[in-house]
Amino acid sequence: MLKELCEISGVSGDEDKVRLFIKEKLYNYVDDLTEDAYGNLIVHRGKGKKPKILLAAHMDEVGLMITNIEKNGLLKFKTIGLRAQSILAKRVIVGEKKISGVIGHKPIHLSQPTERNKLPEIKELFIDIGTNSREEAEGFVQIGDLATFDTKFYKDGDHISGKAFDNRLGCYVLMKLVQETDLSAYFAFTVQEELGLRGAKLVAYRINPDIAIAVDTTGTNELPEEKDIPKYPALGNGPVLTISDATIICDRKIIKLFENTAKKHNIKYQYKQPMIGGTDAGVIHLAREGIPSAVLSIPARFIHSPLSIASMEDIDNTIKLLTFTIEEILRGVKWN
Amino acid sequence: MELIKHLTEIYGPSGREDRVRMLIKSEIKKFCKNIRTDALGNLIAHIPASGKKNAKKLMFCAHMDEIGLIVKYIDKQGFLRFTSVGGIFPEKTLHQRIIFENGVTGVIGVETKPETPKPPTIDNFYIDIGADNQSQAQKMVQIGDIASFYQQTEIINNKIFSKALDDRIGCYCLIETMKRFKRNSLDLYFVFSTQEEVGLRGARTSAFSINPDYAIAVDVTGTGDTPESPQMAVSIGKGVAIKIKDSAFITSTIIKDKLIAYAQNFKIPYQLEILERGTTDAAIIQLIKEGVLSGVLSIPTRYIHSPNEVCDLNDVSATIKLLQVCAEKGF
Repeated sequence: MLKELCEISGVSGDEDKVRLFIKEKLYNYVDDLTEDAYGNLIVHRGKGKKPKILLAAHMDEVGLMITNIEKNGLLKFKTIGLRAQSILAKRVIVGEKKISGVIGHKPIHLSQPTERNKLPEIKELFIDIGTNSREEAEGFVQIGDLATFDTKFYKDGDHISGKAFDNRLGCYVLMKLVQETDLSAYFAFTVQEELGLRGAKLVAYRINPDIAIAVDTTGTNELPEEKDIPKYPALGNGPVLTISDATIICDRKIIKLFENTAKKHNIKYQYKQPMIGGTDAGVIHLAREGIPSAVLSIPARFIHSPLSIASMEDIDNTIKLLTFTIEEILRGVKWN
Repeated sequence: MELIKHLTEIYGPSGREDRVRMLIKSEIKKFCKNIRTDALGNLIAHIPASGKKNAKKLMFCAHMDEIGLIVKYIDKQGFLRFTSVGGIFPEKTLHQRIIFENGVTGVIGVETKPETPKPPTIDNFYIDIGADNQSQAQKMVQIGDIASFYQQTEIINNKIFSKALDDRIGCYCLIETMKRFKRNSLDLYFVFSTQEEVGLRGARTSAFSINPDYAIAVDVTGTGDTPESPQMAVSIGKGVAIKIKDSAFITSTIIKDKLIAYAQNFKIPYQLEILERGTTDAAIIQLIKEGVLSGVLSIPTRYIHSPNEVCDLNDVSATIKLLQVCAEKGF
């Protein structure tokens, strides 16, 4: 299921195929399944159950949007959540017709010596789909088409690699909770997180939950640096708790509950670096009259690139920690 | 004066306003029976209109939080690396004392190698809590702990020297207003909001739940009255500042005209304020639901977002007087 989920194309604004996949897998397990006007999918189990718990994971992934077709048939593009250095010479899949292409740039033979150690800017790059003229290219793609990376999913022992880990891993965790537990909650699969937490805002307004947890993927920070500063979070060290990021200062009682639950069940956990990044929780906690919210993340290396690495053990620990914690909340543990 | 000292010295960076809230609650419960705390920690006091049903609603708002420093790493020698919570200017923090919620104190230092950038970035600063090594430091603080400045409040020549005047002095003005006003023609809500310094967050949810017809935020504003300061027609000691605009807010003309008229009629010293950088809770309150007619009363303050801010007690009393008129007469 994880392999299929990660290989689906679902750049922000075009999450249809991801949604369809999730819907089919969860249809039999839930009481109610809603799609809103923007494409958020909300599955609900446990009608009337209090407290109302919202779990949110975004379906969209980073990618490219075709902005122009050149006379010679090459495609110009803009990026959604990507930097130039991580996308050079990668294979991509463009548009509804799944046209294969390669991100091209000037080869070494044509470049001046002064250019060779310099990273190109996005505007110097193009996608080559093997067409020789604008007319020919227009038969396959059109301006506004979205492109994603042609990256296969691999599993090698505990390590997995693939594209779109941010945030199909979160979607996977929520799907597992739906399929393999009987937790009563609203499970929301949101759209357009990478463009500014757009889908989650609408979901939170609609559901108006008593408590919310965003389940997302967070980048690890394990690259060596000179200063005597420990690096974190790291792969394999368990789910990542957010104390604060650029969009939220998480509810302290929920964090405490996560910490206590993890200790009780011997689940390892770690912290995210404070005040950077953001997740759906950033808009959820500000919905309506305010919603106590927190974030639980799966660590992954090289997110927002064509290829990421994660650990199955971290994913399993995230599922466990969420399950136990939500059970505590449903059991009426005093968290507020 | 005791209350000002207490309010400004107490610990309460964004997201950690609990102690400020407790203090304010204990001050205002004598004047108001209907007090609640919402999910984001906002303290909301409601005083219904005197002898009138279905009166329009007026929301006063001052934020409880102050800027802070959050621990990012603890290094092997036991020094803490940090990043900012709200608008910290790292160079203004150098060699200042700070305090954590659990009472651990420290001083801010900076790397001094020749290659340290000039001016240093926040990554070049650290907190020294007197720990001998990493494990000792880890027993004192942990990643994610937030510190505030640690400073005594003094009153010199009728001026307050203190940390966190932004915006405890606004909280003080609201508390004093609650003590003083007599009959109120509108339904009044006094909101002590959270997380203003990280993006006006508490004001948003509290305004949504109240859904007021009018709102007045009370906050500090910059001045143009120190040596070679940028031009700004606001000085400390010249009265309450009635905001015309700031970088995210234009005062409703209905509110602005009324505030000016009240100040003139009641002989309250005032000045008009245009703030080029910065904003207040009013910027988000005005956009809630179908829109809220909003204004801001500012206390002119020097050295905002530093460990030692300075404002004038005369401006504070002018602000309270004008707030009292608003509370009694409404809009």
